[in-house]
Amino acid sequence: MTNDATPMIALEGVSKSFGRKHVLRGVDLIVPKGTSMVIIGGSGTGKSVTLKCVLGLVEPDAGTIRVDGRDMHEGDRDAFLARFGMLFQGGALFDSLPVWQNVAFRLLRGALKRPRREAREIAIEKLRRVGLTPDVADAFPAELSGGMQKRVGLARAIAADPEIIFFDEPTTGLDPIMAGVINDLIREIVTEMGATAMTITHDMSSVRAIADHVAMLHDGVIKWTGPVSEMDSAADPFLQQFIHGRAEGPIAAVR
Amino acid sequence: MSLTAPLGLIGRSVLRAFAGVGRVAIFAARAASHIFRAPFYGREALNALLQIGWLSLPVVGMTALFTGGALALQIYSGGARFSAEAVVPQIVAIGMVRELGPVLVGLMIAARVTSSIAAEIATMKVTEQIDALVTLSTNPMKYLVAPRLLAGLVVVPLLVGVGDVIGIFGGWFVATSSLGFNPAAYLKNTLDFLEPLDVISSLVKGCAFGGIAALMGCYHGMHSGRGAQGVGRATKGSVEAAAVLILAANFLLTGVFFSI
Ligand SMILES: Nc1ncnc2c1ncn2[C@@H]1O[C@H](COP(=O)(O)OP(=O)(O)OP(=O)(O)O)[C@@H](O)[C@H]1O
Ligand SMILES: [Mg+2]
Repeated sequence: MTNDATPMIALEGVSKSFGRKHVLRGVDLIVPKGTSMVIIGGSGTGKSVTLKCVLGLVEPDAGTIRVDGRDMHEGDRDAFLARFGMLFQGGALFDSLPVWQNVAFRLLRGALKRPRREAREIAIEKLRRVGLTPDVADAFPAELSGGMQKRVGLARAIAADPEIIFFDEPTTGLDPIMAGVINDLIREIVTEMGATAMTITHDMSSVRAIADHVAMLHDGVIKWTGPVSEMDSAADPFLQQFIHGRAEGPIAAVR
Repeated sequence: MSLTAPLGLIGRSVLRAFAGVGRVAIFAARAASHIFRAPFYGREALNALLQIGWLSLPVVGMTALFTGGALALQIYSGGARFSAEAVVPQIVAIGMVRELGPVLVGLMIAARVTSSIAAEIATMKVTEQIDALVTLSTNPMKYLVAPRLLAGLVVVPLLVGVGDVIGIFGGWFVATSSLGFNPAAYLKNTLDFLEPLDVISSLVKGCAFGGIAALMGCYHGMHSGRGAQGVGRATKGSVEAAAVLILAANFLLTGVFFSI
C-alpha cells in the first residue's frame, strides 16, 4: 500500500467555511514522497487553514485527505501525529517553558521520551541548526526577538526528525542572511533526510530555493500547480501577477 | 413582530442554557476521566498544586482571619440584645466551618485561580499553543485540564480546612483581646461544640468548590474566542460562572448535609 509511488499527502475536494465565509472550495493537491511543495497565495486565502486540515486541527466540511495512502481519520491519532512536525505561523511556543524544553517537548514525554540530559543535547543541536547559540536554551520565549522565536519554532518542528514537515512562513521576519540559512536547512531536510515538506511562504526567493513543486491557492482552489522550473513560463495570469507582485491583474488588490 | 415572539425568545434561551449545561457536563466527564488514564503529567500536576494551593494561602488566610474577627464582634453585639453574648465561640465556629470558610475560600479561589487558569489557557488557544500541543501528540485535556482539575479537587479542601482554623483563631483573638473571653475556655467551647459532620461538610464543600473553580477556568479558556477580546471574555465568563456555581452548590450541599 505504501510504495514510493503513493503520494505522501493527497487532498481531494477539501472545502471549509467559517460561518458564511467560504475559505476553501475544493482543494485538490498531491505531494509526492520526499519532495518539497511550496504553497503560495494571497493573504487570507486559506493557506494556513489547508495545513491545519491535514493535521486535523481544523475539520473540513467536505473532501478527503490521505496521508501515505490512508485516510487521515483511520488508525491511531497519536501514531499519525508522530509523523508530523509543524512550524506555526506565529511560532506558538509554550511561554511557560524555557526554549530547550520547547524544542525537546516531544522528547520529554510520550512515546519518544528520552532521558532529560539527552533531550537537552538534541535540543541544543537543533537550535544550532537554525542558527541559535546554546545560551538561548535556558531563556524563555518571551525574552527572544520575533525572528528568534520563529527559529525556535522551526527547531521544535524538526526536533524529533519527522517524516512530514509543515512550515508556515518560516522566513517571515528574518533578515536575508538568516532567511538563506533557513532555506538551506529546509532543502537539506528534504534531500538528505528524505522528509516530505509543505511550506507556505510569500518570499519568492524562498520559493525558488525550497520548492520542487509549487501550488498557488486563490479563491479557495488551487489555481496552478507544477514544478518550480515551469513556474516562470506558465501562462496562468493569476500566477504571473502573483510571482511578479504586480498591483494590476486578475487578482483584486482589495480582498 | 408576532405575539409569540417573546415565547420563542424564552424558548431559545432555555434551550441554549441546557445545551451549555450539557457541554460543561461532557467537558467535566472527559476531564475527570483523564485524571485516571495514563499518561500522567506529574510535573504539571505539581505545578498546579503549587499555584492553586500553596500560593493561595496568604489571601485565604487573610480573608478568614478578618472574617472570623468581624463575626465575633457581630455575634457579641447581636447576642447582647437577648443576653446571649456567651455563645460567641460556638456561633463563630459553626459560621466559619459550615458556611463562611468554604464559601469565602471558594470565592477567593474563583477570583484568583479560575481567572488565571482561564486567561492562561485562552491565551494559549489564541496564540495556537493548544494546536501546537496537539501536533506534538499531547492531549490538551490531559496536559492542561486534568492536572488543574486534580489540584483543585485535592488542595481546595485543605485550604478550606486552613481557612476554618484561621477564621476561628480570628474570632478567638478578637473575643479574648477585646471582649473579655477566657482564652482556654473559648477554645474548649469551640472544640466541644463542633461535630464531625460540621467538619466533613466543610471539606466536601471545599472539594466541590475547588472542582468547580478549576473546571470553569479550563472550560472557558479552552472555548475562548479569537484575539485579546476572546481572552477577556473567557476570563470574565469563567469567574462569573465559577462564583455563581459555587454559591449554588453551597446552597445545595448545605441542604443535603443539614436539612435532614
Ligand atoms: N478558526 C477560525 N475561525 C474563523 N475564521 C478563520 C479561522 N481560521 C481562519 N479563518 C479565516 O480563514 C481565512 C484564511 O485564513 P488563513 O489563516 O488560512 O490565511 P492564510 O492564507 O494563511 O493568510 P496569511 O498569508 O495572511 O497567513 C481568513 O479569512 C481567516 O479569517
Ligand atoms: Mg497563514
